[in-house]
Amino acid sequence: MLDQTNTALVRVRDLQMHFPIYSGLLRRQTGAVKAVDSVSFDVMQGETLGLVGESGCGKSTCGRAILRLYDITGGEVTIDGTDIGQMSQSDLRTKRPTMQMVFQDPQASLNPRMTVEAIIREPLDEHTKLSAAEKEAKVGELMDAVGLNRRFAKRYPHAFSGGQRQRIGIARALALNPKFIVCDEPIAALDVSIQAQVVNLLEDLQEKYGLTYLFISHDLSMVRHIATRIAVMYLGKIVELAPRAELYSDPLHPYTKALLSAVPEPDPAIAQTRERIVLQGDVPSPANPPKGCNFCTRCPAVMPVCKDIEPTYQEVTPGRFVACHLFETTGTAEKTAGYI
Amino acid sequence: MPDGALQPGSADPVLDVRGLKTVFKVRGGEVHAVNNVSFDLRAGELLGVVGESGSGKSVTMMSLLGLLPSPPADVRGGSVRFEGQDLLHITPEQLRAVRGGRIGFVFQDPMTSLNPVFTVGYQIMEPLRAHMGLNKNAARARAQELLELVGIPGAAQRLDDYPHQFSGGMRQRVMIAIALACDPKVLIADEPTTALDVTIQAQIIELMKELRDKLGMAVIWITHDLGVIAGIADRVLVMYGGQVVEHAPVQELFRNPQHPYTRALLTTIPKISGERARRLTVIQGQPPILGDAPTACPFRDRCDVAIARCATENPPRYDLGGGHDAACFVAKGAVDA
Ligand SMILES: Nc1ncnc2c1ncn2[C@@H]1O[C@H](COP(=O)(O)OP(=O)(O)OP(=O)(O)O)[C@@H](O)[C@H]1O
Ligand SMILES: Nc1ncnc2c1ncn2[C@@H]1O[C@H](COP(=O)(O)OP(=O)(O)OP(=O)(O)O)[C@@H](O)[C@H]1O
Ligand SMILES: [Mg+2]
Ligand SMILES: [Mg+2]
Repeated sequence: MLDQTNTALVRVRDLQMHFPIYSGLLRRQTGAVKAVDSVSFDVMQGETLGLVGESGCGKSTCGRAILRLYDITGGEVTIDGTDIGQMSQSDLRTKRPTMQMVFQDPQASLNPRMTVEAIIREPLDEHTKLSAAEKEAKVGELMDAVGLNRRFAKRYPHAFSGGQRQRIGIARALALNPKFIVCDEPIAALDVSIQAQVVNLLEDLQEKYGLTYLFISHDLSMVRHIATRIAVMYLGKIVELAPRAELYSDPLHPYTKALLSAVPEPDPAIAQTRERIVLQGDVPSPANPPKGCNFCTRCPAVMPVCKDIEPTYQEVTPGRFVACHLFETTGTAEKTAGYI
Repeated sequence: MPDGALQPGSADPVLDVRGLKTVFKVRGGEVHAVNNVSFDLRAGELLGVVGESGSGKSVTMMSLLGLLPSPPADVRGGSVRFEGQDLLHITPEQLRAVRGGRIGFVFQDPMTSLNPVFTVGYQIMEPLRAHMGLNKNAARARAQELLELVGIPGAAQRLDDYPHQFSGGMRQRVMIAIALACDPKVLIADEPTTALDVTIQAQIIELMKELRDKLGMAVIWITHDLGVIAGIADRVLVMYGGQVVEHAPVQELFRNPQHPYTRALLTTIPKISGERARRLTVIQGQPPILGDAPTACPFRDRCDVAIARCATENPPRYDLGGGHDAACFVAKGAVDA
C-alpha cells in the first residue's frame, strides 16, 4: 500500500524555538515565548507527516524552524543526512533547493508586481545556472505539472482565483526539485472543491516525484485523508504521534481525544446530538507554561503527578509515541506513590 | 420573476435584504458579482452562508455594509432594511454609526485587516471609545474582558502586543473580539474560524450561541466548512455564480438537497470517520465568468441533470414548501407560477 522505505529524510531532535520578550523602559529581556519547546520526530522518506494542534501551539514556528527560516534556540535538524541546525545562513543557501515551503496565504506570499512566470522562475534565477531558454522550458513544465494553463504565464497573481494562486505557490516550491516540502495550512483559505483539487495535486506530485511533506493543518478530516502519520502538538510540545489509522480509531492522549471529539460533523443530525469533550480552562501562555505537564490545567484525566512532573515523550507501542503519565511504562508507580 | 420568496408569517426580520445587485467595472467590461440576492435574518437566528469560492458571499455582505470602494464597485439595486432604515440609502455618517456598532463584522482575512502599527489593545478599544463613548480605563478593562472571552491566554499583557506577535488563529480571535465589542444586534462573520483549530472553533461557536441566547444577537456566518454549518446554523443559504441557488432549514438542506450544486458540494467533504476515500471528489468544470447579467442557469455547464431550458432561462427560486427554495427547473416540486 504505502511504499515508504522507512528511512528518515528529516530528523528533528529536541528542537527549541524561543522568542525573547523584552519589557521595561530599558527593553531588557525578561522572559521568552517557548513557541517550540523540545520537539523530536522523524519524517520518513516519501511520507506525509500531519502536524495538528490548537491555534498558537507552535505549528508554523516548528515548520519554519525546521527549514531554518529562524535561527533556532536549540536542538538538531538533520535533512537528508546533513545537520542544518547550526549551519550559517550562507551555507544554508546551497541546501535551500532541497527544502521548500508552501505558505498558508497565497495572496500575501506572491509578489503582486511579478508575472506568474517570473514568480515561478525566481528560484531558478537564484539557484541555478540554466540558460534563459532552459528556464522558460522548466517554467512551462512546472505549470503543466500543477495544472495551470501555460497561456496564463504572463498574467499577474490578482487575476487568479485562490486555488489557482495556491498552485502558483506549489509550482514555485517545486522549481528546484526539492525532496521535502513544508505545507503550512495550504488549503485553509479555499473552498471544499478547490481544497480537494489541491490535495489531489499534492498527492499526485508526491507519487510522481517521491516528495516528502510536513502537512500543517487544523482540518483533522483533511489530515486523515492525506497524512501517513500524525503528530499532535500542544503548547510547544508534541503530545502524541501515531500512524493515521491508530490515531483516529484509538487516540491515547486526553488532548487528542478532546481534539477529535470537537471535529464538526457535516451532518446536522449527528452534529447536534454528539458528545463533545469541551475543554475547561484557559490555554496557558507559552511564555509561562504550567509546572508538570503542559496540559494539566485543562486535562479531564488529570492526576496529582501531572501538576508536578513533566511526562516523558516515549514510544508506548511500536510506532506510537505519547507524552502522558497515564501511559508511562517506567517509574510511574513510584512517582504516583509519592502522592497517594 | 424576481426571486426570494419569504416564508409567509415569519416574525419581523432584523435584517431584510431584497434584490441586491453589485457590479464591478473592470477593464473591458463588468463583473456581475451579486445578482438579485434576497434573504432575511431574524433576531437570535444563525444564518449559514456557503458556496463556491468567487460565488459572491463576501461581496454581498460588503455591499450591504457599504464597504466596497466605488468605483470599481457599483451597488445597482435592491434594499437593505435594518432598524427601520434602508442601509443603501442613508448618509455615510449614519452608516458608519451602524457599522461596527449595531452591526458587527469580521472580515475574511484577519492577516490584512488588523493594522500592524497599532497594538491589539488599541484596536479593540477604538470602537469602544467611538461607539460606546467609554473612557480609556473602561475601554481597556472591556478590551481585556473581550480577549478573555475569545480565549486568548494572558489577555491583560497581550493587549500591548502588536498583531505580528500573535499566531494566525489568535489574530482571527482578535477580529472577533472587535466585532463583538459593542454588543451588536447583528454579527456578520466572513469565514471567522478558518484559521482556528477545532477546540478553539468549538469555543467560539459556544460563545456565539451564548450571545445569541443572552442578547438575541443574530448571526450571518459565511464558511466553506459544512461541519460548522451542520452544528450551528438554523437556516442555510447556498450561493453559486452571484446568486442564491438554494435556501432551507439546516436539517432539510443536508437531508434533502435540491440544487445539483448543493448535492455536489455535499459529496466533496472528506470525513472524520468511516471509509477513507482513496481520492477526493472534485466538482468538474470551471466556475462561471459573470461578465453579463445572467440569462441562463450559471451551473448548467457543470450540471449532470441540465435540460434544454437551463441554457435559455435563469431559473427563479422555486418555493418547495417548508421554508425550502431552490433555483432549479428540475428540483422536486418546482412548479412555475
Ligand atoms: N515573531 C514572534 N515573536 C513573538 N512571539 C511569536 C512570534 N511568532 C510566533 N510567536 C508566538 O509563538 C506561539 C506559536 O505561534 P505559531 O504561529 O507557531 O502558532 P500556530 O500553531 O501556527 O498557530 P495557528 O494555528 O494559529 O497558525 C504563539 O504564542 C505566538 O504568539
Ligand atoms: N475589486 C474587484 N474587481 C473585480 N471583480 C471583483 C472584485 N472583487 C471581487 N470581484 C469578483 O466578484 C466575485 C465574487 O467575489 P467574492 O469575494 O464575493 O467571492 P466569495 O464567495 O466570498 O469567495 P471566497 O469563498 O473565495 O471568499 C468574484 O468573481 C470576484 O472575482
Ligand atoms: Mg500557523
Ligand atoms: Mg469571501
